[in-house]
Amino acid sequence: MSAIILFTVTIAAIAGWWLSQQRLAAKPWLEQGVDVDLRGERGSSVPTAKIGLGVFLAVVGSLFALLISAYSMRNSMVDWRELPLPRLLWVNTGVLVISSVALQWAYMAARRDDIDGLIVGLLIGGASAVTFLAGQLLVWQQLKVAGYFVASNPANSFFYLITAVHGLHLMGGLVALGRTTAKVWRGAPMMQMRLSVELCAIYWHFLLLVWLILLGLMTGWTDNLVDICRQLLT
Amino acid sequence: MVDIPFDEVAGIPPAEVGEVELYHPHSWWTRYVFSQDAKVIAVQYSITAMSIGMVALVLSWMMRLQLGFPGTFSFIDANQYLQFITMHGMIMVIYLLTALFLGGFGNYLIPLMVGARDMVFPYVNMLSYWVYLLAVLVLVATFFVPGGPTGAGWTLYPPQAILSGTPGQDWGIVLMLASLILFIIGFTMGGLNYVVTVLQARTRGMTLMRMPLTVWGIFTATVMALLAFPALFVASVMLLLDRLLGTSFFMPTLVEMGQLTKYGGGSPILFQHLFWFFGHPEVYIVALPAFGIISDLISVHARKNIFGYRMMVWAIVAIGALSFVVWAHHMYVSGMNPYFGFFFATTTLIIAIPTAIKVYNWVLTLWRGDIHLTVPMLFALAFIITFVNGGLTGLFLGNVVVDVPLSDTMFVVAHFHMVMGIAPIMAVFGGLYHWYPKVTGRMLNEALGRFHFWVTFIGAYAIFFPMHYLGLLGMPRRYHDIGETTFVPASAHDLNAFMSVAALIVGFAQLVFLFNIIWSLFKGKEAGSNPWGAASLEWQTPETPPGHGNWGKDLPIVYRWAYDYSVPGAAGDFVPQNEPPAGLATQGAHP
Repeated sequence: MSAIILFTVTIAAIAGWWLSQQRLAAKPWLEQGVDVDLRGERGSSVPTAKIGLGVFLAVVGSLFALLISAYSMRNSMVDWRELPLPRLLWVNTGVLVISSVALQWAYMAARRDDIDGLIVGLLIGGASAVTFLAGQLLVWQQLKVAGYFVASNPANSFFYLITAVHGLHLMGGLVALGRTTAKVWRGAPMMQMRLSVELCAIYWHFLLLVWLILLGLMTGWTDNLVDICRQLLT
Repeated sequence: MVDIPFDEVAGIPPAEVGEVELYHPHSWWTRYVFSQDAKVIAVQYSITAMSIGMVALVLSWMMRLQLGFPGTFSFIDANQYLQFITMHGMIMVIYLLTALFLGGFGNYLIPLMVGARDMVFPYVNMLSYWVYLLAVLVLVATFFVPGGPTGAGWTLYPPQAILSGTPGQDWGIVLMLASLILFIIGFTMGGLNYVVTVLQARTRGMTLMRMPLTVWGIFTATVMALLAFPALFVASVMLLLDRLLGTSFFMPTLVEMGQLTKYGGGSPILFQHLFWFFGHPEVYIVALPAFGIISDLISVHARKNIFGYRMMVWAIVAIGALSFVVWAHHMYVSGMNPYFGFFFATTTLIIAIPTAIKVYNWVLTLWRGDIHLTVPMLFALAFIITFVNGGLTGLFLGNVVVDVPLSDTMFVVAHFHMVMGIAPIMAVFGGLYHWYPKVTGRMLNEALGRFHFWVTFIGAYAIFFPMHYLGLLGMPRRYHDIGETTFVPASAHDLNAFMSVAALIVGFAQLVFLFNIIWSLFKGKEAGSNPWGAASLEWQTPETPPGHGNWGKDLPIVYRWAYDYSVPGAAGDFVPQNEPPAGLATQGAHP
């Protein structure tokens, strides 16, 4: 459960930092009137949708941290047999990076009011995300052909489960991306488009980060890191 | 008195609240059924939760009939008894209490109490309710599938949850897990709304430290639920895969009906860790909104400001944080490392400190208050008594050495029913009697309310107080029939019969409450806009029930906290939150 504890502590630290800005030591029974200084009195100036996405990412982060916790508890048992990860997985990772970069590019184009660049960025981002998903399905296919079925070993089960959960989140993102693209197509006001594209880009970067962590976990790369941390702690 | 400086020359400038794209219904369907108005969604949540709660109530009757009069009723066999236990627990904890406190009270009260027009993502809020309803329907469907609902116990522990021999192994468990997954998806949609509305949609002057404690409780509980429910989600998905695809996340190598199963190597303890990582915060997800509601009820009906408001807020936050590091106190007998037990017993006892602070503050609020024994106040007082009672037995069970012999006895059942069954339900009833006039514009009938209160309160004690004694005798929980044993005397059976009769009476008293709700809707006394003389913002709406958009043309401006009761020198015995300090010109906040 160390992954989820670490994650919860991070969230608690963020929440604690935020609360420390909120004058929690105020004595409201002594104070009347309305502060002219609006800081801390109203919601922040960050767009509401962005805060909403932030909270959602915390929920998704919790989900993946729990999966990682379960993974690391289960893989210390005797019946665990690592499965060979197909090379295609690296190609897919590259495609996901491209997708993330393209959306970042689209966001930057939106800030420059460059509508063509924005559309190109969105299309490349969307297309490469779809390619990533197709590639993941192909990886499943390859594993199945090689005889690594979902129930034959817990390592396989976790691989299928984790890639499926990640893929489903990306598919949800594609719905939002599709709506954003449609908005751009219709020619919505630039401010609105900027925000939508920014939110998509943030979500994509987040899913890329999650994917890299998951990949590190499943290839065993993070093992060394974990060992080093453990040694530092003890 | 420290006055915060304000711009006297120009009056109070309009709040710079961004124009909310308020959703406007165009037809009967979008106004009352597929509504995006948080108030309608709140009522939908409440009605659905209470309806499914009635099912769980009937299930508890069935269990009590069997326990009180074993062998008398041919329609309750051992399998059905397990199914009744499972469904009763699951419905009450998740589909009734969580949904009612957060989906019902949260949706209704958050926007009104912080001075917002609606939730910030109304469409997602609407989806949240419909996904919740779907989850409830899937749950209800398990009663009608072959094999019936699952009988795995509300904790759904593998391996037994998905093995044959446990009732509902075919369909029941699959639909149960599917329903939980749906519930969590629906809750996440709603939860995002509750949190972000509190963060972003507070009106001008509504600092966090001016929010009523009800909002603090619901807000903190929602944050916890958003982080904790994914654990149940992961556990449910993995258990579902174990059941459907034959994976071995949780399933060890074992023999079933003389045959070696296809499973091997999995860890049931892993499930317990995941389940209780959700399950313990869940206790406080239910308790924190109750704490908040009780704080407000006590303050209003004792006409006195809440004692130690700051401490109350800090305690809520502290309880929320601590509740994430106590989960394994549910697992002392699971075979985990005994050193864990020491750690988790310590954290469990530490959490008693902020909780005790809250109880002291409630009592000190009552001290020399002008106590009005209205129906909501009666329920609030009953909450404090019941919660203290359940909390104290929690201290017993939090210690490993006491828990080990008492675990799996009726003592545990008595403890958690007191602390997270009866106590939160008292808060629910108190809240319903208190806010019903705002929701409908009419008062609930007082006489029926008093009858409902006394029967429920005394009846609940008649059921659960003797249960502690049965637990200490060693009466095991989850047993369909105790049978002939040497350690359970005949008098214990008489006590069981007595408790069952009490349970039947308490159940019928809830029908009186339902009748009251429906009758008062048409025949209740007109309430006016603020029947209790409450200072918080939801009672200051221009219309009662509040209209679409809550606040008419201008949003209210908040000048003070929510607890200005019996202020020395003030004209009335309370000062509404949106009443400006004397001599201050206002021009109202634009939407």
